[in-house]
Amino acid sequence: MIELKHVSKAFTLHNQGSAVIEVINDVSFAVAAGECVALTGASGAGKSTLMRMIYGNYLTQSGQILIDDLDLVQAEPREIITLRRDVLGYVSQFLRVVPRVPTLDVVAEPLRLLGVSAVDAQRRASALLHQLNIPERLWSLSPTTFSGGEQQRVNIARGFTYNFPAILLDEPTASLDAANRDVVLSLIEDAKARGAAIIGIFHDEAARSRVCDREIDISRFTPGMVA
Amino acid sequence: MTPLLCVQGITKRYGAHIGCTDVSFDLYPGEVMGIVGESGSGKSTLLNCMAGNLAPDAGQVVFDTRCDGPRETISMSEPERRMLGRTDWAFVHQHARDGLRMGVSAGGNVGERLMALDERHYGDIRDKASDWLGRVEIDASRIDDRPTTFSGGMQQRLQIARNLVTGPRLVFMDEPTGGLDVSVQARLLDLLRGLVRDMGLSAIIVTHDLAVVRLLADRLMVMKDGHVVEAGLTDQVLDDPQHAYSQLLVSSVLQV
Repeated sequence: MIELKHVSKAFTLHNQGSAVIEVINDVSFAVAAGECVALTGASGAGKSTLMRMIYGNYLTQSGQILIDDLDLVQAEPREIITLRRDVLGYVSQFLRVVPRVPTLDVVAEPLRLLGVSAVDAQRRASALLHQLNIPERLWSLSPTTFSGGEQQRVNIARGFTYNFPAILLDEPTASLDAANRDVVLSLIEDAKARGAAIIGIFHDEAARSRVCDREIDISRFTPGMVA
Repeated sequence: MTPLLCVQGITKRYGAHIGCTDVSFDLYPGEVMGIVGESGSGKSTLLNCMAGNLAPDAGQVVFDTRCDGPRETISMSEPERRMLGRTDWAFVHQHARDGLRMGVSAGGNVGERLMALDERHYGDIRDKASDWLGRVEIDASRIDDRPTTFSGGMQQRLQIARNLVTGPRLVFMDEPTGGLDVSVQARLLDLLRGLVRDMGLSAIIVTHDLAVVRLLADRLMVMKDGHVVEAGLTDQVLDDPQHAYSQLLVSSVLQV
């Protein structure tokens, strides 16, 4: 479902003496449907960078990133937009929303973009918000004022409203209490059971060993870092 | 899929000074493209050339019209282009008073575009006008008031209603949130996003506000000195800018 072939990335900082920072060198791996793979490695090894490259958020200099037969490295913006709408979900560590939009609509949006009716999308969104213990009295408010943990859960709800065939998770259980962490891990297990291919970054080792089938140590591909 | 708009080699000079030079891109139905750059980078010149408000020195703008398929709009006759400007196209100005008729009531402002398309039934026009005032969150009781009595944010929303009432497929926007309070901006952005999604609009938005393009635009073009220096997916250009100028632009934004 997700396949990386000889992927490399360097940042060129034009306004800081044109410094070139190599971050990822020659990564290749594949993730099959129904499989969850953890990216590991010390802080700064490039886990989040690689994740962002797989989402098309960071530009990849060389190699191929194939998701559902689309090569993200060569794809046109509109092809990436379609892929993100139909195939590829991403739960980042940060919630970025239009101010003023109610939480329920924020969570329902991925389904609305797929043409699902407002009523059905909101029904699914409500179920997830319930499951993630976001009190109903908050649903009509914008999540911008929520606590860190609440925002995180809204972000997760949004990432799971639609059953994406491929999902990227950047620290989905960070800043969650045990009960909510358990809910998130069950959501991941359900997604795997229905055949989603998942790549995740989990600092929490117990979480990692519960949901992940394999680990890939990114330090091996980081120039200048000893694995 | 046929692009809605094909822009090829648009160049505009003001004497020896370059307005914009050799700009080309395709815009597909439902896409929103942002154009950013500092003042004087040529983004408004480009927008006005595409929308037919300025005659470029070179280049083509091919638009996929509802009735006749792809047509080159720069060489089109003036009446034809004006018709396009009232039907398939809309233009939202930075200053609402440039896009509104200040001496005419709010309802009249919205109804005017309908009348230009030969709607004659007063009741229907008034109903549509009042429906659109509602959609842009202007109280229906203000329908007979002139825009001079409205706040800046309301005027801007009225301008949007006036432009969208005829169901255009492509909207050109020049700094639509410029000059508004931050809270009013947020409300307008939310409104625009909803309208783009629900009506399947395509839009080209010129702005210097990177937060606005992040929320509204799928794609982004960065201009400097009349040239497009970088183009791509909005979040990619903002989070991993490649060109020296884009890097400077992104890193210059003050964090709140």
